[in-house]
Amino acid sequence: MNYYESKDLGRFAEVGKFKPELMDKFFDYYNAAVGTEGALTKREKALIALAIAHFKPCPYCIDAYTTACLENGANPDQMTEAIHVAAAMAAGINLVHGVQMLNVMEKHGA
Amino acid sequence: MLWKNTVLKILFNEREIMEKAVLHLVNNNRNNFENKLIEYKLNLQPLSIDTLQVNITLKCNQACLHCHVDSSPKRTEQMSKKTIDKCLEILQNNPQIKNLDLTGGAPELNPHFDYFVREAKKLNKHILVRHNLTVTIDGDPTTKESKMYLPKFYAENSVEVISSLPYYQEYFTDKQRGKGVFRKSIESMKMLNSVGYGNKNSGLILDLVYNPVGAFLPASQESLEKDYKAELMKNYGLKFNNLYTITNMPIHRFREQLERHGTYDEYMEKLITSFNPSSALGVMCRSLLSVSYDGRIFDCDFNQMLNMQVFDGKPITVFDFDYEKLINRNIIFSSHCFGCTAGAGSSCGGAISE
Repeated sequence: MNYYESKDLGRFAEVGKFKPELMDKFFDYYNAAVGTEGALTKREKALIALAIAHFKPCPYCIDAYTTACLENGANPDQMTEAIHVAAAMAAGINLVHGVQMLNVMEKHGA
Repeated sequence: MLWKNTVLKILFNEREIMEKAVLHLVNNNRNNFENKLIEYKLNLQPLSIDTLQVNITLKCNQACLHCHVDSSPKRTEQMSKKTIDKCLEILQNNPQIKNLDLTGGAPELNPHFDYFVREAKKLNKHILVRHNLTVTIDGDPTTKESKMYLPKFYAENSVEVISSLPYYQEYFTDKQRGKGVFRKSIESMKMLNSVGYGNKNSGLILDLVYNPVGAFLPASQESLEKDYKAELMKNYGLKFNNLYTITNMPIHRFREQLERHGTYDEYMEKLITSFNPSSALGVMCRSLLSVSYDGRIFDCDFNQMLNMQVFDGKPITVFDFDYEKLINRNIIFSSHCFGCTAGAGSSCGGAISE
């Protein structure tokens, strides 16, 4: 058994096999937040989702949101910039904790 | 122990074969377009014959990845002058047919192309040409005849030019249509703009066609048109009228590409699950007829490429054209028709139900 099978993405809704009312609430929220035009276009939302899919390395989400970006007219430059934003944020989040390191060093008089 | 393994292997193989057979039957049922029409209580009879779409050559200066016609410079199939004259006679005798839509290949590579356009113009028909832009720059790949006269010729004959440009950037365009195609397309569009195409006051219409570079559905026609207009103007000073989004048909060269990548079933599943009944109501086969280079009649260009000829006791050609019989024909559907009914739909005039 492999943990990640691409066909499993299509079975997402089956997570609602038990306590379906919770999954229904999730999907209503998810579709309203991600799948509709609002102050952000569907393309902008797909690019944000693609960046997050890389930030939290999720093969299902990378598959779904690469396709969603293409189907909303995004181009490879925009998609690549989005994942660089994710990568830069990830690096920044690591590095900003260097301030904690400096604080501890100071505390130790180093 | 060895015999036990052999028996198990045979049983396992048989089970696998059975499972594949069942899956095949299930898929055949799922892929059955007519079942889908019954499910949605749709009766797709012809509404009119507004357009005669004529494929006058399979020869092309390009060999695009997605081409459902399998066109290339090596193809030699050409519509004869006799068949063109028969098409002109049909246009003359049937005033209900308002449009002549010329396609190929690159239709300009038929030696009688200019004649066909001029004669149809004399009949006051609206002429549309599926022009690939690059043929103007490349010329005829075998005879080396120059085609630089095309923009002026189109303007003189008020031809509506419909041109493929898979994206407003080089990467997607060249990936699908070949290296250097984007640059040549831009150069050719500049020539069309210079004779008035794309200018709202000129009456000369230049439409562009987007189709996805891979196994995904087109973006919204409206939003892509805005992007194309802004980007082509900003980067190249180019103008055009409308953008049409078209779904790639899972037949011929594009099907081979899908099968090479192992994504054919996934793509069909996407088309089937995206079935949109309001797109189905507007499918182009309800208002046009498609003619092959050798004069055979089909419901659309895709049926033509799959040899699914209109049949009335015998296969119908332009030489047995009968408007009344053809308007009352039964359109032939198959699994590829899901390509026209997915999402916002797809036709030679772009999305159906945006």
